[in-house]
Parts: sequence; structure tokens; C-alpha cells
Amino acid sequence: MNQTIDTELWRPIELSIALAFITTALLLILGAPLAWWLARSKVWWKEAVATLVAMPLVLPPTVLGFYLLIALGPNGPGGYIASLWGGRTLAFSFPGLVIGSLLYSMPFVVQPIRNAFEAIGDRPLEVAATLRATPWQSFWRVAAPLARPGFMTGAILGFAHTLGEFGVVLMIGGNIPDQTRVLSIAIFDYVETSQWALAHMLAAGMVIFAFIVIFSMMIIEKNVSGSRE
Amino acid sequence: MTASENIRIFFRDSLGLLSLDVAFEAPMKGITALFGPSGSGKTTVLRCIAGLHRARWGRCEIGSDIWQAEGYFRPVYERRIGYVFQEASLFAHLSVKNNLLFGMQDKNEDRMQSFSEVVRLLGVEYLLNRMPIKLSGGERQRVAIGRALLSGPGLLLMDEPLSALDTASKEEIMPYLERLQASLDIPIFYVSHDMNEVDRLADHLVLIENGHVLASGSLAKLQSDPSLMLASRPHAAVSLNAEVVSYDSDFKIARFAINGGFLNAPSQKLEIGDRRRLKIYAGDVSLSRAAASSSTIDNHIPVRITDFRETEPAQIIVFMALGHEGSGERLLARITKKSWATLGLDVGQRLYAQIKAVELFRRSDQ
Repeated sequence: MNQTIDTELWRPIELSIALAFITTALLLILGAPLAWWLARSKVWWKEAVATLVAMPLVLPPTVLGFYLLIALGPNGPGGYIASLWGGRTLAFSFPGLVIGSLLYSMPFVVQPIRNAFEAIGDRPLEVAATLRATPWQSFWRVAAPLARPGFMTGAILGFAHTLGEFGVVLMIGGNIPDQTRVLSIAIFDYVETSQWALAHMLAAGMVIFAFIVIFSMMIIEKNVSGSRE
Repeated sequence: MTASENIRIFFRDSLGLLSLDVAFEAPMKGITALFGPSGSGKTTVLRCIAGLHRARWGRCEIGSDIWQAEGYFRPVYERRIGYVFQEASLFAHLSVKNNLLFGMQDKNEDRMQSFSEVVRLLGVEYLLNRMPIKLSGGERQRVAIGRALLSGPGLLLMDEPLSALDTASKEEIMPYLERLQASLDIPIFYVSHDMNEVDRLADHLVLIENGHVLASGSLAKLQSDPSLMLASRPHAAVSLNAEVVSYDSDFKIARFAINGGFLNAPSQKLEIGDRRRLKIYAGDVSLSRAAASSSTIDNHIPVRITDFRETEPAQIIVFMALGHEGSGERLLARITKKSWATLGLDVGQRLYAQIKAVELFRRSDQ
């Protein structure tokens, strides 16, 4: 039984959390410069880029998953990348899931950070420049700290959406234990095969987990912004 | 003074409705006020000097330092400026202390010394650990001024630092500004649309209207220039730099030496040699042919009429120079057209100016 619980319950949970953490971390690193550019650039085509970033909000996950499957497969760029270390495809693999999640969760991270950067306005950055801060220093010492609520929101939403995604993961990852069998897939699988007890445990665990994450973030945010006053 | 020791400004650009075309020089010391109505472009000029706006054509020389020239534009963060914005614009995520420290490049002993000095000068010691949101408008602006000073500027730019404040906060900050002016040896550019502030603070004045420089020169010269509107405004006045020569502690009257004469004014205890700025409104000056001795008016100074202008309603602004030779400071009097005619006054005549009231301010060092 212990063996079963370990593989049946804990492995999907671990996999999901690992996926969500890696995706969120990468999105914060890649998304912050993108959000900064979207907030501050004056080029006319930046809204086209913003639209591309937002597409996953509207597209059915199956559509995204379908194109990703082609892109990651042996004949797509993903296959070429995989061949670099002797693999055949990025589809049905954990790195493939990370790439899919990055695209799928990007709007949830980029949008709040962009809004936060826009809300700062020009003034604090002008002040920083008159105080001899280089653009790089201005970003780290002024823009990033002032946009912190946006980063928080982006991180929470990105994490939660990655954890909860089902359609894209199913399309490009399948259901390979230890590789792509994440939590949402496992729950679906247990329901399909009438293993209600396991499905219940995972589902209830998700509900509690989601509540704790969002609740504690709210408390933290409230305390931090409270100390500013 | 050689030309390279001046600040030389030229900017030309078109921004929306404003077409900016300004060129002027200002000394490398004291306060230069940029004065003009709202929308005249004075803030834009200041932003161009700071490098916050890049004028399409421009040249900006601070002494021998060139900040902008054809094909050259030094970025804001490489210009040794302090900039005080209209709204204090403190960093909301930093305490007062960290706001003040933000622009300090190195925090060695010398710099920390100047930190305590600035903190004392602006009276913000008791605020150091607070967050900006907890400060009053006046306190915020004082911190903003301190923050700008602590970045070690070679030129301080102030964009209407008082205009966002109520009267009480303005009066709270004014003394700090005057102290600042007296204790700093860097040039200050001060944008304002309030001539009272200018009369009180400025040494040099640049009049800006509609994106153009109307006139530029020493404050006293422009205040008493017959061709400008300044002398005809309702509260026209001249500002005179004066030094205390004696003090009568029984009556609390100080006697001031100015270029071309002496003036008495009631004052708290002053030491001989103290410097003050005197402001004399045109409406507080009357003219007589003789040096009246029995009058409640304390000040009778020989003057010579240099010019006059008619103004509404049926009044005359008389331009005078102190001393019967007319070699001293300029003075203005507002009298009625009737008095002008009755006394038969005209340019070149020697008279006595009776000065009813003198306002005293701190004074910058020359």
C-alpha cells in the first residue's frame, strides 16, 4: 500500500509542483523584461506582441496543445533540439511540458507585471535618473520594488495556472508516470478508472493547497504594503 | 567673469502647441528664476537642462561643461544635477532616510557629515524613519530637496517646488529655501509663476512667455525695466540687497546700507554686517520735492527720475535711481496722474522718495 501511495499519489504531486515552480521561475525571469518592454516601449507594433502573449487566454487548450505537439515533435524545432542530446522528440517529455506551460501561463504572469510597471509612471524613473541612477539601477532599485505587487500576482497566477492546466498537458505530455503524469492528469485517470478514493485525495488536496497558497500570499502582501504606511 | 563661467542655454523644439525657442545666459552662482505664465514652457526648459527632455536642437553649457551640443547629448544620470519636482515624488517603497541616501554615491565619513548637515538644514531629523505616505506636503517637499542636495549636484533645478503646497506649507518651506540659498555655493534654477517667490529668492531672472525669452538679466534690472510688464503689475516692487550698518535696540530699528543710500526698517535684533534682502512695493513709495523732516515716514531718500509709464487707472509708475546723481539702485513709485501733473514731475528731476514700508528677507551672498 505504501508503495502504491508513493507512486500513485506523491509522484504526480511532486511532478506538478516541480513543473509549476520551474515554469513560474522561468516566467518571472523571461516575463519581467518582456513586461517592462511592453510597458515602456513606444513602438507601434508592441500591441501585436502583447496580443500574441495573450492568445492562450482565448484559445482552447487543445488548439495550443495541437500546435505545440507539432512544434515539439520529431519534425518540428523541438525534435531538432532533442536531437542535440540524442533524443527524438520533446513531446511526451518533462522539458516539453515546461515549454508548453511557459506559453500557456505567460499571459498570467506578464499582464500583471506590465500593469504594475505602467502604474508606476515616468516620474519615479525620472527622479532616479536625476539622482544619478543608470537605467539598470533604476530598474532594480525603483521599478522592480514598486512593481512588487504585480510580481506577486503574476507569480501566484502563473503557479496556479500551471498547476491546474489539463488540456495542453494532455495533448503534448500524455500520461507517462514520472515524466508527464502530473496531478490533473492523474485525477482524470483515476476518475476514468473509477479509483474514486485516490481521485478524492488528490482533488481535496488541490483545493486545500490552492486555498493555503492564495490566502498566505494575501496575508504577506497585506503585511508588506501595510508596513509602507 | 569669463564667458565660460556662465551657464549658456539654447533650446529649440516644437512640443504639441508650444514652439520652444529659448536662448539665455545665467551666472554660475545664486538663484536664477525662470518666470512666466503656466504653459509658457519654463518647465520644459528646466527638463531640457536636466536632460529629461531632449530638445531637437539645443546647446547646454554649464561653465566649461557641455551637456548638450550638436550630435551630443549627455544622459540625465551623468549630469551633476539635483532636481526638485513640483510634487515631491518621494520613492514610496523607501523610508525618508533611504530616500535621502538614494543619490549618495559613496557613504564615507565626509558624505555622512554632509548628510547630517542637510538633514539639520532642512529640519527633517524627526522624519528619518517614517515612510513618505505619513508625511505632510511640506515635509515631503523638504525631504525631496534634501534628497536632491545629497546627490552632490553642481546645479540645482527646482520646478515650482512650492506650487503644489497650501499657503501654510509654503510659509513653512520658504525659510528653508532662503537658508539654502545662503549656504549653498552652487547655482540654482528656480521655475515659478509666482512673482512673490521670485522677488524674495531670485538674483537673476529669465522671463519666459509662449516658449520665448522675453528678457533675461539681474532681478533688480528687470524689476525696474520700463519696457517690461513687471513694473506695471499691481504689486510691482524692487528687491534690494542690503547690509546692516547700525541697530537701534531701543526702537528696534535697523539701518541698512544700499547702493545709493540708507534705509531704516523695524526688525528683530540684527548684527552690523548682517545681510538682508529688502523689498519695496511701488505703492509704498511717495515722492516729495523737499526732504520732509516731520513725518511718520522714516525713510526719505534722494532720488532722480529716470523714466515713467502711464498705467490704468490714471496712475503713473515712476522709475527712479537712488541718489541725486541717479547712480544707485533702482526704485519704483506708483502715484496718481494728478500728483504727477500737480507737482510738475518729469524725467531728470531730483526728488525725495518717502518709503512707508520695507519688507525684510534673508539674502543670498554675493
